[in-house]
Amino acid sequence: MTETKSGSNLEKVLTAGHFAFTGECGPPKGANAQHLKEKFKYLKGSVDCVNMTDNQTAVVRMSSLAGCALMVADGLEPNFQMVCRDRNRLAMMSDILGAYALGVRNMLCLSGDHQSFGNHPEAKNVHDIDSMQLIALVKKMRDEGKFLNGEEIDVPPKMFIGAACNPFADPFEFRVHRLATKISAGADFIQTQCIFNMDKFRDFMKQVVDKGLHERCYILAGVTPMKNAGMANFMSKYVPGMDIPDSLIKRLKGVDKRDQAEEGIKIALEQIQEFKEMEGVAGVHLMAIEWEHKVPEIAERAGVLPRP
Amino acid sequence: MIVADRKSLEEILGMVADREKILILGCKGCVTVCNVGGLKEAEILASTVRIARKKEGKPVEVAHRVLERQCDNEYVTQLADTVADYDAVVSMACGVGPQFLSEMYPDQVFFPAVNTTFFGGAVQHGVWEERCAGCGACGIHLFGGLCPIARCAKSLLHGPCGGSANGICEVHKDTACIWDAIVKKKMDTGHLEDLVAVKPFKDWRTARDGGPRRSIREELVKGNI
Ligand code: SF4
Ligand code: SF4
Repeated sequence: MTETKSGSNLEKVLTAGHFAFTGECGPPKGANAQHLKEKFKYLKGSVDCVNMTDNQTAVVRMSSLAGCALMVADGLEPNFQMVCRDRNRLAMMSDILGAYALGVRNMLCLSGDHQSFGNHPEAKNVHDIDSMQLIALVKKMRDEGKFLNGEEIDVPPKMFIGAACNPFADPFEFRVHRLATKISAGADFIQTQCIFNMDKFRDFMKQVVDKGLHERCYILAGVTPMKNAGMANFMSKYVPGMDIPDSLIKRLKGVDKRDQAEEGIKIALEQIQEFKEMEGVAGVHLMAIEWEHKVPEIAERAGVLPRP
Repeated sequence: MIVADRKSLEEILGMVADREKILILGCKGCVTVCNVGGLKEAEILASTVRIARKKEGKPVEVAHRVLERQCDNEYVTQLADTVADYDAVVSMACGVGPQFLSEMYPDQVFFPAVNTTFFGGAVQHGVWEERCAGCGACGIHLFGGLCPIARCAKSLLHGPCGGSANGICEVHKDTACIWDAIVKKKMDTGHLEDLVAVKPFKDWRTARDGGPRRSIREELVKGNI
């Protein structure tokens, strides 16, 4: 993994052996580009690249591709999220080309939450290909310079390929195998689901290291600071694939309501500290949901500034 | 078999609101097996419609009958002598039945009395579940004999997704995650390696995406068999 595949900043940071720090940004529920630009201000300089979510939780928002283009124009590096729920292979390939032409160099390939969670549950879903195949598709376009049908691409999109991994979904024993398949399919980096259950994550990373997967791919640990105990409760109950231990909710509840946000940040900082030293972890993906303005402070206190 | 659910009485009454003489037509095929549109159900629907219309002060003449199969022209022709005696025919067959009827008798109106839902079977008395989506290129042997196309909410070929929890699908608490079952079966039988390679991209041309499908058996067409 020494030669660069995409020339993305994230790739450079990781290949140089730095501990990566990536952020996330949800596009607005509207065409409010100004709103996005305000969020960018907080992220600039604090992270290596920023995930632009793709109709996350199946709620319609400004397209992730447009969000990425706005980000590039603003001088920030995007990570273009793409879900298999809303596009068939034609739309995917054309958006990948479009994204590259607009300056996007990172992609995150996802299945996508089912539309029944979102605000248009009546919608038909696509799932022409799945996330594993989307990874393989982006790799084929990049490395072979070919479309899925084998036709040549005039200027192939050189993407740094990302995939997600949820170590907390079931069956737990299979998760490391699924991760291995994603890496074989072509994932260059992994961003995990938000980690709250550290014991389980340690156990998972041990399996990853035993299999040597961390040497074939960069693994970024997902961190989400809790704003209060209510948020932790809500996520535990309603967000698919979340594993939030009672001890964490208890710790948040144990402090005064006004101090819960600070406690949430402290927990996140402790996690980041541990990830910096954890074998196999190459960085942190910070998902500060609707809390972008806190990112500079968290980055500062986590000791990851200045970014390379 | 093809599984269907009866439409609500209100919906059926709404369809035939301005009709005075109707035929309720059952089918002895799948809808009889799934207790939704056989002779017994046709009889019950006929009398229910009769009573409801009487209550409304708009009495209606309702006959009922069952065909061997509404998806077979050989049986559909049996209606030739009587079909014109009615203002409308309510078919209790799957969606195929009323179409065969409409094609053979273009002057008559055929209303569907059931919602055709899926290809499946009964898993317990009174409970049916989907098993196949008719993709036209069966590959269940690759997945321990369990179909992820029909039974995974995202038709994943490499599951389970990150929403799978305790064997339950993220989409509905009453739905099993079929990928959990596939993985467990492969683990139990020591064939986990079957799941680690990236599967070829599915060719959806054999499914509905390729347009309406046709199945031709040359030897039968030629009359050799
Ligand atoms: S693979 Fe296709 S044909 Fe086979 S059970 Fe599934 S949907 Fe039906
Ligand atoms: S939870 Fe299981 S069945 Fe449901 S969408 Fe995910 S993989 Fe498919």
